[in-house]
Amino acid sequence: MKHHIVPVRLYLGIFGALMVLTAITVTVSFYDLGFLNTFVAITIAVCKATLVILYFMHVRYSNKLIWVFAGAGFVWLVILIAFTLSDTMTRAWIPLPPPLPM
Amino acid sequence: MSEPAPATNYLNWNYSIRSWLLTTDHKRIGLLYLMGVTFFFAIGGLMASLFRMELATPAGNLVTADTYNKLFTLHGVVMIFFFLVPSVPGVLGNFVLPIMIGAKDVAFPRLNLASWYVYIIGGCITLYVAVTGGLDTGWTFYTPYSSTYANTKVITAALGVFITGFSSILTGLNFIVTTHKLRAPGMTWMRLPLFVWAIYATSLIMVLATPVLAITIALIAIERATGIGIFDPAIGGDPVLFQHMFWFYSHPAVYIMILPSMGVMSELIACFCRRRIFGYSFVAASSLAIAIIGFFVWGHHLFVSTQSPYAGMVFSFLSFLVAIPSAVKAFNWTATMYKSSVSWQTPMVYAMGFMGLFLIGGLTGLFLANLAVDIHLHDTYFVVAHFHYIMVGGALMGYLGGLHYWWPKITGKLYPEWWGKFSALTVFIGFNLTFMPQFVLGFMGMPRRYYSYPVEWQALNVLSSAGATILGVGYLIPMIYLIWSLKNGKPAPANPWGAKGLEWTTPSPPPMHNFEQTPIVTEEAYAYGNEGHGHG
Ligand SMILES: [Cu+2]
Repeated sequence: MKHHIVPVRLYLGIFGALMVLTAITVTVSFYDLGFLNTFVAITIAVCKATLVILYFMHVRYSNKLIWVFAGAGFVWLVILIAFTLSDTMTRAWIPLPPPLPM
Repeated sequence: MSEPAPATNYLNWNYSIRSWLLTTDHKRIGLLYLMGVTFFFAIGGLMASLFRMELATPAGNLVTADTYNKLFTLHGVVMIFFFLVPSVPGVLGNFVLPIMIGAKDVAFPRLNLASWYVYIIGGCITLYVAVTGGLDTGWTFYTPYSSTYANTKVITAALGVFITGFSSILTGLNFIVTTHKLRAPGMTWMRLPLFVWAIYATSLIMVLATPVLAITIALIAIERATGIGIFDPAIGGDPVLFQHMFWFYSHPAVYIMILPSMGVMSELIACFCRRRIFGYSFVAASSLAIAIIGFFVWGHHLFVSTQSPYAGMVFSFLSFLVAIPSAVKAFNWTATMYKSSVSWQTPMVYAMGFMGLFLIGGLTGLFLANLAVDIHLHDTYFVVAHFHYIMVGGALMGYLGGLHYWWPKITGKLYPEWWGKFSALTVFIGFNLTFMPQFVLGFMGMPRRYYSYPVEWQALNVLSSAGATILGVGYLIPMIYLIWSLKNGKPAPANPWGAKGLEWTTPSPPPMHNFEQTPIVTEEAYAYGNEGHGHG
């Protein structure tokens, strides 16, 4: 097994990028973007996770088998979300009665 | 068989407690798991015998309703998370998988030991809950029993399950890497014993599904701590979301429990029929197919929740689909036996028990996968009987068959064959007497998880409780003669069954590093018939 040596400067660069993205998440949270709220938050989170997986977890420098296994985790996450949504998006929702006074 | 066993082996090189508790030898870790799962099996069995006693009479008169709830909850939690999930992978997988592929150990021996400790820590937390007030949510931890209306130690019990889940993940990871990286020269994927295929498929499920269980449990705790609505509708959550996430783990977990036993079955059938498993590549692929399709069917547990009928139809259809790879296995085992000359030794008797019981368990699963029929049968004893036929009739029979098959290898001792067959038959009879009446009861509408019932159901319930007694005896007998054999059993030769497979080429018990030198594999698995006809 050959190990790819990652320069420290790259690690620091990734760390910086993660911090900037965190700052953006916090900043965006002060503005109401309507239905885009969740979309923006998740997009930034996915970017951060991708950076961590590719560089901090060294998947970028690993062989194809590692890519398959790392990818499988996300495919399975999609299964969980998609099939759960197949229920919640097709339910006949009954409006809830107003909450009882405590 | 002719050469004498070497003086030192993995058992006798060091007798100190320390050498056991700090061992990184997969064989010793397998034995540590054997002690763990046997202990938890006894606890779970004790709970079952208590509530079967309660159910012998229609009135709830032996224990209170609350105690009854705690008994069946603990029975489920202990049997599933602390016995069935770790049993075959932890004990038999740990012991034989590395030897079967010609390796010295698993890929990460220290991680392997860590996974045993994680399992024991999770078990201790669960035992703590059991003796300090119990848990009454059922093993499924359904909200709102486990959230809004929790009145027992839910979070502590959930923590025990959460922790032991990591033991599964670590074990699965270890087996996956071991199978990829440590195969002996010549041991190609298509030469792997089917037990290895099955454990590999199981490991994939462990790694992909168990984290979702951990997240689900963590979300319950987060909802309680922060008041963010996740499962509680009063604060914007959805209780059915809990069921979705829980069963995303727990349906595949059924295959974590049954697939390894199916792997054992392939080994037993091949050995005692002296045949290569019919359709080897299909049986291997069916393990992977079960592992993957098993992730698409979880909604069949939600047919009578508020799950949409559309999702219900999709999940119902997909559930029927799992029957195909399961049937591939059953038919191919039968085809392997067809016109072979079977030797009826103890492991084979267990294997036949598996065949019969898994068949009934699997076919009654089709009733439940049917949307309309499930409306009638949901949460009745029909479901209880169905999954016991799979878990106990299938998974446990396979585990016991495998334990008997590899016992001479593990311990270097033979057990009394007559008692072995006797126990297998006792388990088979006791099991059917216990659970067959429950199909009838469930069909008549008796709901599960109730501690009293109308008088007209007493006869069937008494039959079931009587069967449970026989079943209990059936489990005690092997425990006695197997322990007896440790001291008094005849020494086992390297290959007492005349079986194929690398584990039978090394002495019984194996030396510390399994093989004197790394084996080189030149033939497919189950290459029987190369030595002519006949056996004995
Ligand atoms: Cu299921």
